[in-house]
Amino acid sequence: MEDILPARVLPKLDPQNRRFWTSGEDGRLRIERCTRCGTWIHPPTGTCFACHSSSVEPTAVSGRGTVYSFTINHQPWFGDIGPYCVVLVDLEEGSDAEPLRITSNLVGTAPDDVRIGMGVEVFFIECDDVWLPQFREVR
Amino acid sequence: MTSRIGERDAVISGIGQSEVGRRLGRTAMSLTVDACVDAVTDAGLTMGDIDGLASYPGGVMDGLTPGFGGPGTDAVQDALRLDLNWHGAGGEGPAQIGAVINAAIAVSAGLARHVLVYRTVWESTAQGSGRRQGIGGAGSGGGGGVPRVGGSLQYLLPFGAVSAANWLAMNAQRHFHTYGTTRETLGEIALNNRRNAGLNPKAIFRDPMTMDDYLGARMITTPLCLFDCDVPVDGSTAFVVSHREHASDVPGIAVGINAVGTALHGRPSWDQRPDMEGSPLAAAADAMWGRTELTCADVDTAQLYDGFSIITLMAIEALGFCAVGEAKDYLADGRRISLEGELPLNTAGGQLSAGRLHGFGLLHEACVQLRGQAGERQVQGEPEVAVVANGGGPIAGTMLVTRGAA
Repeated sequence: MEDILPARVLPKLDPQNRRFWTSGEDGRLRIERCTRCGTWIHPPTGTCFACHSSSVEPTAVSGRGTVYSFTINHQPWFGDIGPYCVVLVDLEEGSDAEPLRITSNLVGTAPDDVRIGMGVEVFFIECDDVWLPQFREVR
Repeated sequence: MTSRIGERDAVISGIGQSEVGRRLGRTAMSLTVDACVDAVTDAGLTMGDIDGLASYPGGVMDGLTPGFGGPGTDAVQDALRLDLNWHGAGGEGPAQIGAVINAAIAVSAGLARHVLVYRTVWESTAQGSGRRQGIGGAGSGGGGGVPRVGGSLQYLLPFGAVSAANWLAMNAQRHFHTYGTTRETLGEIALNNRRNAGLNPKAIFRDPMTMDDYLGARMITTPLCLFDCDVPVDGSTAFVVSHREHASDVPGIAVGINAVGTALHGRPSWDQRPDMEGSPLAAAADAMWGRTELTCADVDTAQLYDGFSIITLMAIEALGFCAVGEAKDYLADGRRISLEGELPLNTAGGQLSAGRLHGFGLLHEACVQLRGQAGERQVQGEPEVAVVANGGGPIAGTMLVTRGAA
């Protein structure tokens, strides 16, 4: 799918973040998870905040979640490209007390139709050496 | 209550500020020196008396957005040829006024007697005549390939969320969704600050603004419009934090530090806090109220961070002036927060209308009000207690200051 933005700042890959940012190559979103106690960790830190184990592993999630919040950006940071949606997605593997949340873009929904609580699913766009997660509405 | 309130050993003995304006074309150091000389003179001291130096964020963060950082403490020490017993700066800690709190801690610990603290911004000149830039070079139009970012910002910037405006808009959206807060609620803060700016000769935007003007303004990132965002300026603000034994030697009125709030609970993150209707200031505010006999009812004026209007709204709730979710009623018609109201707010115009002096301008105005030097915008009835809050998003710090030593 064509990128909604003409330019993006990209993450600087390092051993701690590389697997998160390249996971989408096979179409799956992976989030760091403790192999000892099962806790999900995001952003990745290489260590579990619950049991302090370093035995953590990027683990595939369903890629489905709900819109926790969003904003329609109008400021022409990248030139006059029209409004685009920045979204906070709470993935279904998280909970209210410990949400598993990522910031992303919601693509393909008209700005006036975006709602908190809307069901969404992940897809990826390739930017240089990075596979950026993006979300679209589950219809 | 905590047994020892060490910050009460310190007073703000002097305040200073450079000229403040858009694209002044002066160096950050010249603005800094003006503010420092002003503050030291105001305290009845000379540079030879200064034995401590502190700042936010120091010289290391200028790459974030042009003009954000200001000169570091080593550069300022050298420019003023200071001999220091204590010094330090950093961009982490309880927000911008964390630097002032550090100075009070140093004074209380006996490491220094008179600490000079400054915050310099130079964003208007550094960002030139173009529109406001995103963080990390986004939209700067510079060559040199795709900009790359590490740290926590790598989870925000790649998605076109390149400004704190975008991040805080999502707090606002949550607040609107959960509590029925409206754009008019935020508008009352913008209108209040503009009214006050009209009485402040140093403010940037002084023309009257109506709610129609506010609602009709260009949208930046929903639900935040142009007038929900502060205005980048050039300017430097400085304080001298001294041991309270010096208070009687201050030529004017010393400002007491009654209590500070430095707590940070939960995730220090723009996007990962479970409850984004709330502010990280809540924990800092609880800590501060736990260190004083004073309560919200004793506060005569509030100077609350307004980098974006939603931060101020959340600060009013976090400090307990109303419950979380009740700002819509509290701010309705703007009367409570007006100069004549029960809680005069951001009386110099705040960052929204007077200029983005990045937290320090708000503490400066608190001191001006407590000293009775605010001229046309003076809060009536000799205000004795002011609350100042800084930060927003992942961090916060707060301070209760008084007319005369605590």
